[in-house]
Amino acid sequence: MTGPAKIETTNQDSVEQGDCPLSVMDLTVAYHRKPVIWDVEFDLPAGSLVGIVGPNGAGKSTLLKAVMELVPRASGRVEVFGKPYHLSRRNVGYVPQRESVDWDFPVDALDVVTMGLYGQVGWGRPVRQKHRDLAMQALEHVGIADLAKRQISQLSGGQQQRTFLARALVQDADLYLMDEPFAAVDAATEKAIVEILRELKQRKKTAVVIHHDLQTVPAYFDYVVLLNMRVVAHGPVQEVFTPENLQKTYGGRLTLLDEVTEAMRRRERSL
Amino acid sequence: MAMLAVLQGWDWQFDGWIMVVGVLCATSTALLGNFLVLRRMSMLGDAVSHAVLPGLVAAFLISHSRSSLAMFVGAVIVGVLTAMFTEWIRRFGRVEESAAMGVVFTSLFALGLVMIVQADHVDLDADCVLYGAIDLTPMFTVNIGAYEVPQAAVVLSVVTLINAAFVLVCYKELKISSFDPSLAHSQGVRPAWMHYALMVLVAVTTVACFESVGNILVVAMLVVPPSAAFLLTHRLGLMIVLSVVIGAAGAILGHVGAFAIPRAFGMPSTSTAGMMSVALGGLFVLALLFAPQQGLVSRSIRRFVLSQQILRDDIVAYLYRAGERHGEAIAKRSDLITELFSSAVPMSLALRRLVRQDCIRDCGQQIELTKQGEKLGKALVRSHRLWESYLVEQAELDRSKIHDKAEQWEHFTGQALRDRLVDQTSSTGLDPHGTVIPAEPKSDDDGPPDAS
Amino acid sequence: MIWSDLWDVLLLRDYNTRVVLLGVALLGAASGLVGSFTLLRKRSLMGDALAHASLPGLVIAFMIAVAAGGDGKSMPLLLAGATMGGLAGVACILFLQRFTKLKQDATLGIVLSVFFGLGVVLLGITQKMDAGHSAGLETYIFGKTASMRRADGIMIAITALISILVTGVLFKELKLLCFDADFAGSRGLRVWLLDTILMVLVVMVTMVGLQAVGLVLMVAMLVIPAAAARFWTESIFRLALVSASIGLVGSVLGATASAVMADLPSGAMIVLACALLFAVSMFFGTQRGVLPRLWRRRQLNAKIARQHLLRGIYELSEAEFQDANPGHWVSLIDLLQKRSWNSKQLRRQIETAELVELVRYKTDQVALTSAGYAEAARLTRQHRLWELYLVHYADVATARVDRDADDIEHVLEHDVVEKLERLLDHDPIRIAVPSSPHAMEST
Repeated sequence: MTGPAKIETTNQDSVEQGDCPLSVMDLTVAYHRKPVIWDVEFDLPAGSLVGIVGPNGAGKSTLLKAVMELVPRASGRVEVFGKPYHLSRRNVGYVPQRESVDWDFPVDALDVVTMGLYGQVGWGRPVRQKHRDLAMQALEHVGIADLAKRQISQLSGGQQQRTFLARALVQDADLYLMDEPFAAVDAATEKAIVEILRELKQRKKTAVVIHHDLQTVPAYFDYVVLLNMRVVAHGPVQEVFTPENLQKTYGGRLTLLDEVTEAMRRRERSL
Repeated sequence: MAMLAVLQGWDWQFDGWIMVVGVLCATSTALLGNFLVLRRMSMLGDAVSHAVLPGLVAAFLISHSRSSLAMFVGAVIVGVLTAMFTEWIRRFGRVEESAAMGVVFTSLFALGLVMIVQADHVDLDADCVLYGAIDLTPMFTVNIGAYEVPQAAVVLSVVTLINAAFVLVCYKELKISSFDPSLAHSQGVRPAWMHYALMVLVAVTTVACFESVGNILVVAMLVVPPSAAFLLTHRLGLMIVLSVVIGAAGAILGHVGAFAIPRAFGMPSTSTAGMMSVALGGLFVLALLFAPQQGLVSRSIRRFVLSQQILRDDIVAYLYRAGERHGEAIAKRSDLITELFSSAVPMSLALRRLVRQDCIRDCGQQIELTKQGEKLGKALVRSHRLWESYLVEQAELDRSKIHDKAEQWEHFTGQALRDRLVDQTSSTGLDPHGTVIPAEPKSDDDGPPDAS
Repeated sequence: MIWSDLWDVLLLRDYNTRVVLLGVALLGAASGLVGSFTLLRKRSLMGDALAHASLPGLVIAFMIAVAAGGDGKSMPLLLAGATMGGLAGVACILFLQRFTKLKQDATLGIVLSVFFGLGVVLLGITQKMDAGHSAGLETYIFGKTASMRRADGIMIAITALISILVTGVLFKELKLLCFDADFAGSRGLRVWLLDTILMVLVVMVTMVGLQAVGLVLMVAMLVIPAAAARFWTESIFRLALVSASIGLVGSVLGATASAVMADLPSGAMIVLACALLFAVSMFFGTQRGVLPRLWRRRQLNAKIARQHLLRGIYELSEAEFQDANPGHWVSLIDLLQKRSWNSKQLRRQIETAELVELVRYKTDQVALTSAGYAEAARLTRQHRLWELYLVHYADVATARVDRDADDIEHVLEHDVVEKLERLLDHDPIRIAVPSSPHAMEST
């Protein structure tokens, strides 16, 4: 075996360089003096739903921030569709964490979704009816068309999340980065989000989702990156999302692990 | 008559121009102010208008004249520098924005003070900088065609036009880069460019305005009308329009007020610029109190109306339950107050309304339910018990927890919802506590609709 | 000429100089102290707003005094009025923040401009009422340090003392307030009370300072020393101390300069001195200064690159020769594939490592020297121990992993390290370096 940087990659995908929606090579990020993630390396297959999973403080958000060049890298390279992020930014849709949105901003749900189309509208041109119709369709799609004219602070947590997903839908990016879209949403919204993710997949998009709930990982994602400061494993869920790998990611939280394995067994049986 | 006496000495030609200048200032600043308020940079106007001092002095030292153009250019350059230094200190020094602003503008102002001493006879009137000289603007005129127009009005018209064009053309770009810079990036809008464009225009506008209205009124016009509009509406477009209207109204009211109010008390008129910011403050307070959605008064009125509705429901339901238990739907007024956690005044208001709706009879200390009221009470109690059944059966809630939820929801449950509840609960006719769920009241006659 | 003046000032020969220097020094220290808390509470410009808001209070106090038959220039009365105005302004700001969705900056702007406008209106009325009487009122806004009298000095001294006392006694509580107000609230601290105390301190310092250095410059005294101190330390206690010191030093420097060069206004000079200290701090401050931070980042990146190089060579020779003794030559092409570096970057790394004699280098091959081997072995052991630690202690790991610590033993307990090493006992490789956990699993 070679070095520690090599990780058990079960999936030796042979995507063309330009095809790979997100390829992270040898990434090390350090805050102050401490490296918080290191030797992170993976290529994501196009058209997959990718869950990034790991315990608190494992550096999941840092990883996304490093991808988007929001934090400086100590070493390594990130390529989005074969180019540095700032060159392929227009292909990337980002669903922000709830805390980072100014909910008092005077925009309604429709406005927020329409913003995803500004790139198409073009510089200095007004938003036309056809754009508004597109946005409205997206809202209908996520099931909150009747709330289109509501200011965003007056939507419930789940409705807010749906709004931002509708925006991701119209945005027509090829890679979506989502920072915990499932955090604090109701069951119905969770279902809606999953449907949207599936639809993105159908449209050959790639979605990278930071996710907390281990139980749902096998159901929601088809590719998973297990992260705890460095990548423990990455690959298709069936191969990588194993109790051993989870143990290595999360340590001895046996009750939790038992729960997950049980959930997975149940799922297998139901298949 | 008194009105006329107060307005003695009012000269439409003269005072009219003052108001025009005021309105132009208010319009040009309010247009940009909306975005400053939304980007949490409201104090930028304050910072820029203080910080331009060294620019003014430097312009004087270089050009050896008090030419407006040189001064204007000098001030704008320093104004833009203020915004840029603030941004740099914030970004590279990681200092919080307002602190960075504080460092920059006070230092530049101090620099200006030192430079003034060097430029021995700069005739920079501190009063003019602070309070402006809007009362004097009609005296400095230029000729446009056959008309004599105050210079300030011309300059401010140009600035207003530029700002309006900027906000109109870049409306969408401003909106997206203020709301979500990272999305703006991915949509091909450069938030940094929008930021600097806005900063340059704020600097130009601030400098153009403070010559006539003073730096404090510039701050007022940048911040107060957009803030008031922010409280009035949830839509950005409307907010901008409203802020312009409020700003203009404040300017007009301010000048009339400065002229008339002190005279009404037998004193000479006072500073127009000061009165304009007071007028803007007054309009802001009105918005704060009476804004339809978020106004403090409107909010408490809405809360009161809702609490009255709920209290009325509770009274009727209480009487209905009393009827179930003792056969007659009668209760003492004092019992109602203690049992329903109410107090005398809201209770008597609610009772009076119920009497008028013919739901109860008020026999002094005794309160009695009418036929009409019985129907209403029946509907409410039915809703309550249906909800309890539903919560236990469908949501598998603990029995001790269901009462409070049902108590809350019964007020918002109509017949349609009740019917669906019936569909989704077992039809034993009993609630989880074993009490009979009353039948749906017949809605044949024109009784009041069920629970509000 | 200037030098003799300087001596006069520095030796405090002149009574007036003594008063002024002492006064501004105390004021600088007090405002630096209070400012450090407002900075952390993200309320730096509060002083600006309430200083402006004091104007109507001042004028009303003056009007009342005149109406009562006095000449209206009694200092305590004016000060009391101004303080009331300032407090009313603070109350409005806190009210707006509590009951509307307006953000802090907007509430500051509103209160600042509307209150000041009101003050200007009232001032306009008094000035036209009976000319001359109120003439000195607005100089209050600008201040004039050189005319600082003994009474002013005493007032400043008292204020400084009070603010030191209050912040000293309430330091623990204020620290919590600035660090996490919500948490402070949940710990049963009365956040509003603490906030009010802090704001009263700001009002006090501002009011005393207003007449000494003027409005804008007073704002500077509250903001600049604290912002400058932030570059030097991460601890709140030291921040308060450094901030007070910067305020003190800046004030004395500025006042001295203005005393020596008679033309320069002292208030402005004090601010410029503080601004100079700020600029120095921003670039050279040890904790958050721009240059030290850049330097540290460069150092860190270089260190990480060096580690990658040494570990890379080590692991390659380990894989190729079943051990990693010094002297094994590994090819650059293999090395190039191990990391995301391009050949230019790799060559540069090798060259710098060669300079300190960690590696030897010939055309397309590179080898460890014995010093390089020792270092590479240490790094690889460290790295693998951390990896192992993450695997076996994953649930508690993230908080403790300090991969860059010089020695893993400095961070983890001895028995933990021993256990980790035991876990690698069956390591087939002779050397004292454990194999990578990944390699281990595949065996």
